[in-house]
Amino acid sequence: MSATAQSDSAVRVEGLCKSYVKDGSPALSDLSFEVGKGELFGLIGPDGAGKTTLIRILTTLLLADRGTASVQGLDVVKDFRSIRRLVGYMPGRFSLYQDLSVAENLAFFATVFGTTVEANYHLVADIYQQLEPFRDRLAGKLSGGMKQKLALCCALIHAPSVLFLDEPTTGVDPVSRKDFWGMLGRLRDSGITILVSTPYMDEAARCDRIALLQHGKIIAMDSLAAMLASHATETFAVRGERPFAILQDLRAYPGTRYCFAFGQEHHLVLHHDAGGPAAASAYLRERGHGEVGIRRIEPNIEDVFIGLMHEQSKELRGQAASELGHE
Amino acid sequence: MSEWVIEAEQLTRRFGDFTAVDNISLQVAPGEIFGFLGANGAGKTTAMRIFCGLLEPTSGRARVAGFDAMSEAEKIKQQIGYMSQKFSLYGKLTVKENIRFFAGIYGLSRRELKEKSAEIVDRLGLASSADKQVDELPLGWKQRISFAVATVHKPKVVFLDEPTGGVDPIVRRQFWDMIYESAASGMTVFVTTHYMDEAEYCDRISIMVDGAIAVMGKPAELCAQHGVATIEDVFVSLARKATRQGD
Repeated sequence: MSATAQSDSAVRVEGLCKSYVKDGSPALSDLSFEVGKGELFGLIGPDGAGKTTLIRILTTLLLADRGTASVQGLDVVKDFRSIRRLVGYMPGRFSLYQDLSVAENLAFFATVFGTTVEANYHLVADIYQQLEPFRDRLAGKLSGGMKQKLALCCALIHAPSVLFLDEPTTGVDPVSRKDFWGMLGRLRDSGITILVSTPYMDEAARCDRIALLQHGKIIAMDSLAAMLASHATETFAVRGERPFAILQDLRAYPGTRYCFAFGQEHHLVLHHDAGGPAAASAYLRERGHGEVGIRRIEPNIEDVFIGLMHEQSKELRGQAASELGHE
Repeated sequence: MSEWVIEAEQLTRRFGDFTAVDNISLQVAPGEIFGFLGANGAGKTTAMRIFCGLLEPTSGRARVAGFDAMSEAEKIKQQIGYMSQKFSLYGKLTVKENIRFFAGIYGLSRRELKEKSAEIVDRLGLASSADKQVDELPLGWKQRISFAVATVHKPKVVFLDEPTGGVDPIVRRQFWDMIYESAASGMTVFVTTHYMDEAEYCDRISIMVDGAIAVMGKPAELCAQHGVATIEDVFVSLARKATRQGD
């Protein structure tokens, strides 16, 4: 084993590049980052950002074009066999055996890794207890939430040191998502390193650190608290009757840098010389919006993402335009 | 004729001894954006299938766009649009071919089809991608094309089943701009979502728990009634009381 095996990183990625189509836009573009041992690390980004590609390279299922990556100090190309014993992987699509029962699936995955369900039951007990009443049901006949729990159990049953989860909560309702993150938090507390991808920005709060991924690049990486603190953009929440009309008017307002709907309110970022919220408020009154509330707020993770996209807008607008078919 | 575009009265659907939809009643007005929320397995999809004329209720009554969901299901299908994350477009067909295909199914004339096709391509800024296979386009664009295609025949009501999953915060909001525009033109929008901020964009919402509608009303009023700040809080407090297993 090489010297890097003693490093504190569970995952180390350097200059990783991957393209599926020659001359097309790359899936991963010169990606570098590290995940510390015992960390719960979130890869947050929309569909097409490169999350699955990255996870597949780290789980040794896909080769990068350039760059290096290691898991627990082991190289993803040279040491792929050792890595496969060390990691647990829950793919985005349900990949268990539909025609095996719950108990059979779990036993199968334990056996493949040369262990038994009994030996590592303590790792999954918390989650598997909820599946116990259905232990003889075929996996294909389980509800979505149950499938997800079984997949997590099967990814854990060989006691991996690093767990890779590819969009485990996509399409799952808010309550089940909360429960799932509760489970991940307890696994992290038991010492397992977890790298999890998600398109839901609000899940950033559950991670020790996050990387925001867009177009195969990391556009920001930090703890959520640090990321929010460093986002110094003054943000206002605007609320009133006829929200869609207010949104359209605010977008037409010359003082507006950008404005987006956030639930019952709109989040507004103004130009520095725009006269602040008072001027915006006066403008809305002029446009016939009676009682409009404007107050300063602390930005959330979606504000940060939108702000970053805006800062990069020149570059990204060009890129997006060619991608999206604008002239 | 009733003033409602969607009307359900004591609607119930059982599968064997399982009651998927349990005695629900609701009315949705023309041009309204109605958010149909609930945990996985709460019964949303079953109810939506009844409204679309795809499934008969066990008991109760549903009328959509003026037609009875039981006896006039075929007429309903001509009056509605439907879009879901799972099925929407043919990936191996180009944007234009998809539009032509769906417009054909909805019985648009050749002239209407030409006009509509040009209008959609123009509105979505797709001029240089119109002859690309849909599979090659980013998800956010597929979602917007799906919506345009689902409403190509100017239906009275469009049903959207989790239309915005997986895209970034800006693209997600661009989709809602389309919803607002359609509603402003008088189309009724009936939408399910797992994004609770999107629930707050709706004129009214309902939250289903164990097959029944637990609450219904304007988002701000529901928050006030429950003494919480967001619909997410309302949702979590209700869904925690559910007894049946998610789907």
